[in-house]
Amino acid sequence: MSGASITIPAAPSRRRRMWRRYGLAGIGAGIVLAWLLVALLAPWIAPYNPDFVDVANRLQPPSATHWLGTDALGRDCFSRLLWGARISLLAGFTVVLLGALFGTFVGMVAAYARGWVDEALMRLTDLVLCFPPIILALAIAAALGIGTRNTIIAMLVVWWPKFARLARALALVQRGQEYVEAAVVLGLKPARILGRHIVPNAIGPLVVLVTLDVGNAIITFAGLSFLGLGVVPPTPEWGAMVAEGRELVEQWWVATFPGLAILSIVLGFNFLGDGVRDWLDPKARSR
Amino acid sequence: MLRYVITRLLSAAAMAVLATLVVFLIANTVPGDPVLAQLGDMAASNPQTVAEWRAKWGLDLPLWQRYGIFLQGVVHGDLGISIASQRPVLDDIVQYAPATVELATIAFILALGLGIPLGIAAAVWRDSWVDATARAVSLIGVSSPTFWLAFVMLAVFYGGLQIAPGPGRLDPIAFPPDSVTGLFLVDSLLAGDWETFRDAAAHLVLPSIVLAAATIGLITRTTRAAMLETMQQDYVRVSRAKGLRERFIIFRHILPNALIPVVTLGGLAYANLLAGAVMTETVFSWPGLGRYTFRSAAALDFPAIMGITLVVSISYLLVNLLVDLSYALLDPRVRR
Repeated sequence: MSGASITIPAAPSRRRRMWRRYGLAGIGAGIVLAWLLVALLAPWIAPYNPDFVDVANRLQPPSATHWLGTDALGRDCFSRLLWGARISLLAGFTVVLLGALFGTFVGMVAAYARGWVDEALMRLTDLVLCFPPIILALAIAAALGIGTRNTIIAMLVVWWPKFARLARALALVQRGQEYVEAAVVLGLKPARILGRHIVPNAIGPLVVLVTLDVGNAIITFAGLSFLGLGVVPPTPEWGAMVAEGRELVEQWWVATFPGLAILSIVLGFNFLGDGVRDWLDPKARSR
Repeated sequence: MLRYVITRLLSAAAMAVLATLVVFLIANTVPGDPVLAQLGDMAASNPQTVAEWRAKWGLDLPLWQRYGIFLQGVVHGDLGISIASQRPVLDDIVQYAPATVELATIAFILALGLGIPLGIAAAVWRDSWVDATARAVSLIGVSSPTFWLAFVMLAVFYGGLQIAPGPGRLDPIAFPPDSVTGLFLVDSLLAGDWETFRDAAAHLVLPSIVLAAATIGLITRTTRAAMLETMQQDYVRVSRAKGLRERFIIFRHILPNALIPVVTLGGLAYANLLAGAVMTETVFSWPGLGRYTFRSAAALDFPAIMGITLVVSISYLLVNLLVDLSYALLDPRVRR
């Protein structure tokens, strides 16, 4: 090899570096906040009833009266989009919070108990992880029957193991610390050591990572809905709305906008998550 | 080394058996009563008919005995009869698998071919605009709902610009090549049929891009992180101090070591592509396992859903096993 060598540009100024590293995170936080507001205020800001059927005005393109057009039943797409934020965020947060709660419990107990309890619990998580998440969730959702609650239950089953692994790793670090040894020597009960000493110290990164996983949960929930296993019609939900517009290439607005809504909210969480992960990683921070 | 391989094989086998148990339990703890669904109201009101039907399908046996029968079937390749197609589930799977394997393989090559160079560039020019662009591209890829991206690509390139072929593996009027492997690209080449090869390749473009989108992001980020990690090693500093050319250091010293985690991820990513094909294939009317899964789920065709879940999870396990073993070959430290 000869000729051109790779040149490394001079380090940018501190301010530009900060912007490059955390600018996206700021944008992400803004997007997420905006969607949270929309979800909260949907009943007041939606111009129409999202379930109001008006067949005479079906499949109208976007206009001043219907900003994002109307769907095959003449329902206002914009109103349905705003209402859809509620169910997506609700499903996303529920799955992640409950999954994290259960996963953390399992992981912390495994890390603290060690021995066969640890072995058994970790093999259980391995077992769930040996299924592709979407397929397993699909099978469980199909078995339980269609509906928001059942889909959330199905997702919970596939969601907790990653938190169990994470919590176990974090708890193992704490377990080796001297203050835990001291607590053991003092004769504190295991439950108290776990609950009052280990969990509070390990919880920080966990909480952050949990919140950022909401984006993944939203996209998975929308996917299951798209496949017809999520919400019961006529509930306005983004994945189901894309499914309704899937065949309507001429009436592109029906499927395009709910998809953009999913993209933007997931992108928001991922932008945010990327910045926070950098910030949590001491190696990246010091450089 | 041998001990590691044996332990790993045994644990994979144990996992596979447990996976069958999970699938069995999901199928057999369905809230709805299969009797009512299969027999209808009239017949189900007659206790004798119900008892005979339950006996016929072994539903009167205790759960563990039914599991034994199920397991026996699985070992013999009997995954039950699909309710929708009225054919053995395994036959269905064998028929639909090649289309998915072809699509996933092309998407995988695409993801690696784009993701690794992008990751290298992002790491080498860290915090520059290249890095920012790579980051944005990978985040957008990861955040796009696959089913929606598939719709947009079809609407734009097929419906709007009309520069891409429509859904399906071939033109509706074209005949598939003689089936040898079931992979149209390979089969048409074997037959020397260039026209079919071009047709099949053209039909692969959009779905493979859609399917690869999320994986490109994943691979870019892993490559970047691994490159940065390796760059901080002492031996890299030594190479710089020796005055080696930067390019040589990057491609000969850093890259080979940085690629180890990418191999791990690559295996998983391939398995994930097989699963992610559910959305892509549904939108592109791709006659593969993904669309079969979707149809089975929509029709609540349990034997088919369970068969697929089992087959996919076992291939998932196999890929993981292969990855771990190749990891041991690549990185001597694991063998201990």
